[in-house]
Amino acid sequence: MDRRSFLKTGAAVAASVSAPAVWSPSKAQSRQETLLIVSESGPNNLDIHGVGTNVPGYEVSWNCYDRLISHEMKSGPGGVPYYDRDKFKPELAEDMNVGDMSATFKIRKNAKFQDGTPVTAKDVKWSLDRAVSVGGFPTFQMKAGSLEKPEQFVVVDDNTIRVDFIRKDKLTIPDLAVIVPCVVNSELVKKNATQQDPWGLEYTKLNTAGSGAYKVTRWTPGTEVVLDRNDQWTSGPMPKVRRIIWRMIPSAGNRRALLERGDADISYDLPNKDFSELKGNDKLRIISTPYSNGIQYIGMNVKIAPFDNVKVRQAVAYALPYQKIMDAVLFGLAEPMYAAKAGAPLEAKWPHPHQYNTDIAKARQLLAEAGYPNGFETTLSFDLGFAGINEPLCILVQESLALIGIKTTINKIPGANWRTELNKKTMPLFTNVFSGWLDYPEYFFFWCYDGQNSVFNTMSYQSKQMDGYIEAARVAAANNDTAAYEKSVKEFVDLAYTDVPRIPMFQPYVNVAMQKNVDGYQYWFHRRLDYRALTKG
Amino acid sequence: MLTMIAKRMMLAIPSIIGVIIVTFLLTRVLPGDTAAYFAGPAASAQAVEEVRKKLGLDQPIPVQFASYVANLARGDLGASLTTGRPVVTELAARLPASAELTLAALILSLLIAVPLGILAAMRNDSWIDHFTRIFTTAGVSLPVFFTGLLFVYVFYFLLGWAPAPLGRLDVFHSPPPEWTGFFLIDSLVSREWETFRAALAQLALPTITLAVFSLAPIARITRASMLTVLASDFVRTARAAGLSGGTVVMRYAFRNALLPVITTLGMVFSFLLGANVLVEKVFAWPGVGSYAVEALLASDYAPVQGFVLVMAILYVLVNLAIDLLYGVVDPRMKVEG
Repeated sequence: MDRRSFLKTGAAVAASVSAPAVWSPSKAQSRQETLLIVSESGPNNLDIHGVGTNVPGYEVSWNCYDRLISHEMKSGPGGVPYYDRDKFKPELAEDMNVGDMSATFKIRKNAKFQDGTPVTAKDVKWSLDRAVSVGGFPTFQMKAGSLEKPEQFVVVDDNTIRVDFIRKDKLTIPDLAVIVPCVVNSELVKKNATQQDPWGLEYTKLNTAGSGAYKVTRWTPGTEVVLDRNDQWTSGPMPKVRRIIWRMIPSAGNRRALLERGDADISYDLPNKDFSELKGNDKLRIISTPYSNGIQYIGMNVKIAPFDNVKVRQAVAYALPYQKIMDAVLFGLAEPMYAAKAGAPLEAKWPHPHQYNTDIAKARQLLAEAGYPNGFETTLSFDLGFAGINEPLCILVQESLALIGIKTTINKIPGANWRTELNKKTMPLFTNVFSGWLDYPEYFFFWCYDGQNSVFNTMSYQSKQMDGYIEAARVAAANNDTAAYEKSVKEFVDLAYTDVPRIPMFQPYVNVAMQKNVDGYQYWFHRRLDYRALTKG
Repeated sequence: MLTMIAKRMMLAIPSIIGVIIVTFLLTRVLPGDTAAYFAGPAASAQAVEEVRKKLGLDQPIPVQFASYVANLARGDLGASLTTGRPVVTELAARLPASAELTLAALILSLLIAVPLGILAAMRNDSWIDHFTRIFTTAGVSLPVFFTGLLFVYVFYFLLGWAPAPLGRLDVFHSPPPEWTGFFLIDSLVSREWETFRAALAQLALPTITLAVFSLAPIARITRASMLTVLASDFVRTARAAGLSGGTVVMRYAFRNALLPVITTLGMVFSFLLGANVLVEKVFAWPGVGSYAVEALLASDYAPVQGFVLVMAILYVLVNLAIDLLYGVVDPRMKVEG
């Protein structure tokens, strides 16, 4: 603080602008209780139930709304506080009682929305009904935990709500702790709803109407979001930071400069190269945590020749320049997903490294066996929205595949168009990232490998055997049969690596850089910041 | 005068209609599917269709165009899907930021380039002439995002003279009460001196960046135009009549050399508006340029159309202003009604 004000004053004097005391005492005070966060992009909608809410919007929802339950913290990789997948704690609920086919929640009696009205079971029901009814992403996410119909949410009394299960599903309770089932001030939103917009999405797009620890007090899209603490918050310990100012700084170089000069408290995203360089800077705290249940991979469309041939896919798996990508593209900031020890037994976990590693001779041999001794031509597609990683990665892959005679043309697809292209399932060869909020192997496989061919099964991979293993794992999980569950998980992982429709390369890192006096960062499944735990010393 | 303005406006209408049609069609043929983008990463094909219907994108193009024009007639430019707000509000809030920056840069550029041009013409082939040539050529050759980043690095990061590149105001200042939307003017009107100082400090680096870029055309034209005028008969006569050097140059020569400079000014203003986009990105300036670019990347049609339309209208107005200025500077050039 002293250094900063010294620099500031020095700057003002040096610029010889007539400046009286720039930092009056009251400003210094507010600076102490204010956190300046910089990131590349900001929210487009303050409500996660809205149409097309982007990922920064999730961060607002997470901090401004409460859910019935949340997760406990544990110590994660590198000692970073990490959400505990298996342990839940009450948030808006003070008590949770899970039965065989339903769960009952008692709502905190003193809980109030930010406008002062008490939170009731009616609000909770309305909010959950909204999540399963508005369509699009929120409804889809609810479905992942078998939460599909408004009838499942029953108001028992003013302070009690029961969630009925339509089937036994291990993911139902975890799905109630994700961002989507947030509790909205139903009376306030209903007042602002219209005939065309019965759920009041237009209102919550611009206003936060929750009971959460923070509320948005100013929002200039693309420029800044200002959040103030809700001093009436009762669903957890009172947050230390009174005000969050979140500015969008498009230039990565400037974000880094702001951080190094001590003007910004936290930079949420920076290129990997900057992070690897900042690691040596002992004035800053750099935290890198692997994405939970997330993998960047090379996918091959198994419906398109020659990738319908398993030997061709294996040849590609042996031809990828894994280590080069780790070093030159990621600067070591990722978890390798390749070169598992030969013969090591599979573990019942995911992400799980595979046994392939760069071996050009073996790749050539496999390609010859498959009937392509001279290789073939194809296109390699990537999402320009993440060009910082994808572009150098694809160039290295192109170079390496050329060694075994596979000539690739690189096809850059603008971010806006990427999902459409994925949906068409016509790209023969591509790189992509998938990560699941719910950190369970069968969840990942259900979306990415199952024969129902969801958007994320980008390879159009369909195998009866695979579907059987995934289903067996889901059933075993629902019945708490650990032995059967682990057996099925190992079986589907093994099959995924023998058939290799997609080749995992690495588990990306979430990188957050902050000043030394900022503490309390927590890693969450959604990978965004939780302001409630942050402190500024 | 008024009839002349009215006539010029009438002439501008066909070009504006053209702009409306072309931007509408262009945004539709751009690659990228708005519905897929806004349906989010986890959308099924069916969810994408639902979003498409919600956004009215399932209608045939002529129907979409008709409803677009009907809304336009009511002054409604549609709503941006990325920021979730009406395009009109958004442009109105952001245009002053861009305009303040562009005008400040233009004024600064004039203050430097015109004297440099005059000096270069008076001392033709001297060191000042060569210096002007090298300085302005270097300025226009360096891309603005590069000079911008360089300035931030040197003046903010290394020297600490400039404030953090955080947009129009430091985090701990709130904007002055809205009057014109120009922070410098608004803070003066409301006598908030500290806000004025803060806004000026934030404005300095982006303004210099833009000004450096626009020095060349103004200085070069001033020099060329002055050279011709200085060599003409009436200047020789004035000198022969014993008028002082200053009077000859400023009152007689410069005024006559001004016309081409004004023409260039119009052009410079137009391309500064374009260069703005990059400067806005570097300095996190909340202007219209960065708004349009972000919208374009997200296949968000309405802001792009609104932006192009506003720019087209702005060009028409700038050209009109230039024509009117001609009349002021040189009565012979007064445009006939």
